[in-house]
Amino acid sequence: MSIRLATGGRLIDRSRKIGFRFNGKRLQGHPGDTLASALMGNGQTILGRSFKYHRPRGVVASGAEEPNALVNLGAGAHHEPNQRATLTELFDGLTATSQNHWPSLNWDIGEVNALIPQLLPAGFYYKTFIHPRPFWKHVFEPFIRQSAGLGRAPDAKLSDPDRYEQFYAHADLVIAGGGIAGLQAALAAGRAGLRVILCEQGPHWGGRAPVDGVEIDGQPAEDWIAAAVQALEQMDHVHLRLRTMVAGVYDHGYVIGYERLTDHSPDHDGPRHRLWRIRTKRIVSATGALERPLSFAGNDKPGVMLAAAVRDYVINWGVAPGARTVVVTNNDDAYRTALALHAAGLEVPCIVDARPEADGPLVQEARARGLRVLTGTAIATVKGLRGVVAVQLCAQDGDGAVTEDVVCDSVAMSGGWSPVVHLWSHCGGKLVWDDTGAYFRPDATRPPTDQSGQGFVICAGAADGALLAGDTMANATAAVACVLAEHGKEMTAAAPVARAAAEAPLMPVWVMPARAGLKKRAKMWLDFQNDVKVSDVQLAAREGYESVEHTKRYTTLGMATDQGKLSNINGLAILAQALDEDIPRVGTTTFRPPYTPISMGAIAGEGRGAIFQPLRRTPIQDWHDAAGAHFEPVGYWRRPYCFPRKGESHRDAVNREILATRNGVGLLDASTLGKIIVKGADAGRFLDMLYTNMMSTLAPGKCRYGLMCSENGFLMDDGVVARLDDDTFLVHTTTGGADRIHAHMEDWLQCEWWDWKVYTANVTEQWAQIAVVGPKARAVLEKLGADFDLSKDALPFMSWAEGRIGGFEARAFRISFSGELSFEIAVPAAQGRAFWDALMAAGAGFGITPYGTEALHVMRAEKGFIMIGDETDGTVIPQDLGLDWAISKKKTDYLGKRAQERAHMTDPARWKLVGLETLDGSVLPDGCYALADGVNANGQRNTQGRVTSTYFSPTLGRGIAMGLVRNGPDRMGEVLEFNTTEKTAKGEMRTVSARIVSPVFFDPAGEKQNV
Amino acid sequence: MLTFQCPYCKIAACETELAAGGEAHLKRFGPGSSDDDFEGYLFLRPNVKGVHFERWRHAMGCGKWFLAARCTATLEVFGTYLAQTPEPPPEIIAAIQARRPDWSLA
Repeated sequence: MSIRLATGGRLIDRSRKIGFRFNGKRLQGHPGDTLASALMGNGQTILGRSFKYHRPRGVVASGAEEPNALVNLGAGAHHEPNQRATLTELFDGLTATSQNHWPSLNWDIGEVNALIPQLLPAGFYYKTFIHPRPFWKHVFEPFIRQSAGLGRAPDAKLSDPDRYEQFYAHADLVIAGGGIAGLQAALAAGRAGLRVILCEQGPHWGGRAPVDGVEIDGQPAEDWIAAAVQALEQMDHVHLRLRTMVAGVYDHGYVIGYERLTDHSPDHDGPRHRLWRIRTKRIVSATGALERPLSFAGNDKPGVMLAAAVRDYVINWGVAPGARTVVVTNNDDAYRTALALHAAGLEVPCIVDARPEADGPLVQEARARGLRVLTGTAIATVKGLRGVVAVQLCAQDGDGAVTEDVVCDSVAMSGGWSPVVHLWSHCGGKLVWDDTGAYFRPDATRPPTDQSGQGFVICAGAADGALLAGDTMANATAAVACVLAEHGKEMTAAAPVARAAAEAPLMPVWVMPARAGLKKRAKMWLDFQNDVKVSDVQLAAREGYESVEHTKRYTTLGMATDQGKLSNINGLAILAQALDEDIPRVGTTTFRPPYTPISMGAIAGEGRGAIFQPLRRTPIQDWHDAAGAHFEPVGYWRRPYCFPRKGESHRDAVNREILATRNGVGLLDASTLGKIIVKGADAGRFLDMLYTNMMSTLAPGKCRYGLMCSENGFLMDDGVVARLDDDTFLVHTTTGGADRIHAHMEDWLQCEWWDWKVYTANVTEQWAQIAVVGPKARAVLEKLGADFDLSKDALPFMSWAEGRIGGFEARAFRISFSGELSFEIAVPAAQGRAFWDALMAAGAGFGITPYGTEALHVMRAEKGFIMIGDETDGTVIPQDLGLDWAISKKKTDYLGKRAQERAHMTDPARWKLVGLETLDGSVLPDGCYALADGVNANGQRNTQGRVTSTYFSPTLGRGIAMGLVRNGPDRMGEVLEFNTTEKTAKGEMRTVSARIVSPVFFDPAGEKQNV
Repeated sequence: MLTFQCPYCKIAACETELAAGGEAHLKRFGPGSSDDDFEGYLFLRPNVKGVHFERWRHAMGCGKWFLAARCTATLEVFGTYLAQTPEPPPEIIAAIQARRPDWSLA
């Protein structure tokens, strides 16, 4: 059982105690504890259950690489799953629960999976759930969903009460990692005047040098670290960020930093997390190295930990995994753990060293202290069910015949170290296999390159494979010297010299013992979180998974939330052995950001709720709000869908608005309509290329409806063009289309016809535009009083004029999207609200009725007018919509003309626009299909058309629809069957019959608008 | 997150300020062209691995289109130049060849 030691713990304040809860139990720890160290100090060895076999699991590591000690943190709205106890700083009142167990942590029903692991071999999901098909939906999936997932997802109904923010920053140098390598790099770069951001993911500077007894310039590392931080704090151009992880490195020197501001003190005001978005010239990755586990049977049991983590806990937090710890290793570094345990007064019954010989200075010191060193020895198995009670030893070079039992309550293991090469690799830096150290390290000749083709990430210290403290410091100094040289600068201070005990080389040990049988290999864990064992990787290799990426997915090795930080190298080595390949030939899986998971809140930043995206407001928006409009999103606008009266349904409101407009006068806020000025000597010529019809012949004072196609031939926008004067046109685009169409114009003007004299300006928001619509529209305007003639003769349909209406500077366009007498009147945006109020007042006696987008849609459909986005979907050409009249036959060219001549576009069997009238007067379901006989190759019913717009028309008192039907215009009067999602009493699909008719349902001669 | 120097603003513009416009230096084929020519103009892109000429718009900046020579494999940018340039200018070709001696304009 893990224990709190009576003395020691350089990071904790023993004079104070703070309370926290784990699974409802009240426990105590000290300020400076992590949740992991505090739990260990309370004897809580089991912290969770593994994913697949629900095996009991305890803390393995002391940092970001921890695979087991994941907890649900907080409660209620603050609940967050999968938090690493090793990174969670303890605070008063912290609440945590363990994950992936039922009904309790100590007695878990899923443990049965572990008793019969043959039930869940590698590739189990792929092999088992294929047949019979219906079983997937009804049996397998519900079961898997029930047992899948480690943590509990936050309650969807509770929104995250915390705040998050994002910072943008620019730097010459970002340094990831605040160990001695990172500090040395920052000191040298800071002294040379570079703008430096130094990020350390944890709450302390200095990394593991103080734990490992490193001396720098003759003083304890701790003193040098304190002095370095103090010196850096004096430099204005150096930013030091603790609790900030460099999460990812992206193209051209883009860096994402993840700062945890108040996780350790939740009562503090301010945002919880901050996402740093940094552009930097260079990145020094001083991210250190991670220790690897050893693969022996039972290496996943609570109480088996990484050797360096054990001494971290003893020295930093004054806790130990047990009172009797066996150290098992293939290298000298683990002897430091044995010595630290011994110095803390704890028992180390033996040091199990797989190497045939061990005689380095650390080994000698261990022997000198009387510790028993067993060379050429391995652990055959770990005894104990929910913890360690003993280990059985055997020869490393054997099949596991037990030579000795050693009673102990914990095991400290070390399989060597792997440099943390993630940041090097994120942007394509390549790795090279180091035979001596048995790890991948950065290949300095193949770095990730920036926009100049230069390497922009430099690894420093242990991250570059310089694992021994003396080498680490020298390596970091050399790395930062390279950065300075690029700036034409040199080191200004003498490089510090770090010293630590020398180490003999390790011996790669991938399986312990070397010739272990299947029974043992099936108990050797590689990936603790996803329950992947040595035998699983070997099975994958036997089944033909030769690629490391395939093996990863087949076995789920390295796919858990820790992303294989402990398991990857061991897994690769096992795969290489099974394939009889060299490790570098097998290669690694891809390192992808983020280094450890970051919160969704930080990614969203402040962009949530009302400010998730910008809201565009028309000058009349306040009136709509006050009138209680029901809104719908249109582009970045919220447009009134209808203006329901008290107690009125939306549908009733829409019908009332339509009838009021058709029979009297309606008012529409059309300010969102796109307005683009196209001006210049070649403006007419340009618009002739942009529109399918002729615009250059339009006379000043006149309006013309036009269609705009992409070069692909497909209809992309429509609208009315007004010619303001000889070289000025005002182009109206669809709502939400203005930016896109303006960009489209600029593309062709800048990139193809750059010698044409044309200028464009998007003036959408310069004008408020109000449509006054209905038989009484002219009467309302006359009541308001205009200083120009609004009569049919002076201002006929499809013309425009300007002057003053009711004292407002105005342009009146005689255009209509409803088929009614209609004036669309534009006034300067600032006057929009006043003009709307004036119209409402003038129209009061005429029953003037504001209407929304739904009334607009229904009225245009009654008239058979198309709507971009309803009748078009990016595959429809104007010819499909019966708009041939708006396609110039005279023009030799326009955008889309050539494409519309392609064979598929001229195919007579294309689906074409028709009107559809149900026989029973009902409204056709939106998006339904016209059924045809037979089925297609996939066994799906054949179709011959689809509904594009469908509404209830209050004008006609029945359902109306438009749709695209094969040879539709030639099939007038024919009745088609349309599908619905409903079933008949017999269980068959209910269909609706509709007759093909003209799409113009109302006033086909256009008499109402032409008055 | 690429950066390009906008040849108008002379600043390093981040990808979030830019809109990509695909391959540069295409010759437009309109009415009267053969099916093959039109297909080549509108659809067929070699999608090269290596030196690529491409269109970018400083959409959230000055609004101008410009052209860039970039390596699609390493993301190295050899230079940017004005959109009103019918073919890659000599200084851009020289910049590419300085970095990719074996490369030549096809």
